[in-house]
Amino acid sequence: MLKGRSLIDPSDFTREEFREIFDLAHEIIKNPEKFSKSCEGKILATLFYEPSTRTRFSFEAAMLRLGGQIIGFSEPNSSSVSKGESISDTIKTIECYADIAVMRHPKEGAPKVASQSVSFPVINAGDGGHQHPTQTLTDILTMERLKGNIENKVYGFCGDLKFGRTVHSLIKFLSNYEGVRFILISPEELRVPEYVREEIMKKKNVPFVEVEKMEPYLGEIDFLYMTRVQRERFFNEEDYIRLKDRFILDAEKMSFASPETYILHPLPRVNEISVEVDIDPRAQYFQQAKNGMFVRMALILKLLGIY
Amino acid sequence: MLEITSIEKGIVIDHIPSGYGIKLFNLLKLEKADYTVALIINAFSDKMGKKDIIKINNKIEFDVEFLGLINADLTINIIEDGKIIKKVRLTVPEKVTNVIKCKNPRCVTSVESNIDHVFHLVDREKRSYRCEYCDDIIIPYSK
Repeated sequence: MLKGRSLIDPSDFTREEFREIFDLAHEIIKNPEKFSKSCEGKILATLFYEPSTRTRFSFEAAMLRLGGQIIGFSEPNSSSVSKGESISDTIKTIECYADIAVMRHPKEGAPKVASQSVSFPVINAGDGGHQHPTQTLTDILTMERLKGNIENKVYGFCGDLKFGRTVHSLIKFLSNYEGVRFILISPEELRVPEYVREEIMKKKNVPFVEVEKMEPYLGEIDFLYMTRVQRERFFNEEDYIRLKDRFILDAEKMSFASPETYILHPLPRVNEISVEVDIDPRAQYFQQAKNGMFVRMALILKLLGIY
Repeated sequence: MLEITSIEKGIVIDHIPSGYGIKLFNLLKLEKADYTVALIINAFSDKMGKKDIIKINNKIEFDVEFLGLINADLTINIIEDGKIIKKVRLTVPEKVTNVIKCKNPRCVTSVESNIDHVFHLVDREKRSYRCEYCDDIIIPYSK
């Protein structure tokens, strides 16, 4: 039963509970009109303490397409947050007005603090360089639509694996599935955090390699998950400049990939995927963004207990 | 040799690795004590060579279980009428609340007041802990 629950981390729900969300998302894609009034009278609050395009718009579009309404802020300076209000006080106030809330915050663990302070559902829309579970829902839905299932596949993760919260959530999610293998491509400084390596991959016995070149591995990868180097997480601009151009996927590199290697990216992209790759049918990142809205519709319906 | 007399009633924390006595002293907030406390550093030990000892006089109600976080081999004796009435066996705690703080500057605990600082044991051997909020792993009392 997902009604009333929060989604802060991919370990919050069981495989079966995630299955319910994906099945509903597939149903919404087939017949979106059927759900156009499902959330009439319901309000979604969007609390974005950090900039966002896709995640915020897709949540707002999801709620509007379900017939619900939205309130919130996308600029913390325009709210009481700028007066120094605590996260728990802010969310307790929002609980008086909305049925469900989505929070993005630069501080890691902030949505967890929020969810512990209230009894209505809170969704983590990205907390610092930590987790981004609804991007994972988007990624998995896209993968299922491309290859039917997510088991027994080779996943390449490339770029900023240290601060890339979408990478952490996706690895955590996929580590529960049989036959997955990870190829982690990044400079040494941007490798996955210790907890992802020790507490997730090693504890779950997921085979993985950490490498610094993508070409030798492209032929065996089913899904290549590209990420941008997260400028906003660096305390030192020089480090960012030194690392930002290390991995650029272009048409030449795509020639090393198999015809069935799909390219995903949580977006926004800076320059890590050349624009020339966009016309390659294996480039699926814009479709991925579209799927984000459908899977968020399904999530909202489940957490509100409507479906 | 400097002699510190035995106590009639209180707690003796023995076999503290040399150099850790002051850390324990601070952790137990003994500087605020209104009872007599002795911190002995570099005492001779057959087993350890040198060790630190803390003696707390006239107080036995003390939460010392969390000291396993630092070293589960500490000896903790509760004394009454000049005799050891109880030895507290320490274990490395699975979860610690409000004892250590997260060092990750991006962690929500660095800005949000009025929340518990909670850590979960990752590796018993290394005594490493994971922050409940940001998952950062730390070894709180590494030498």
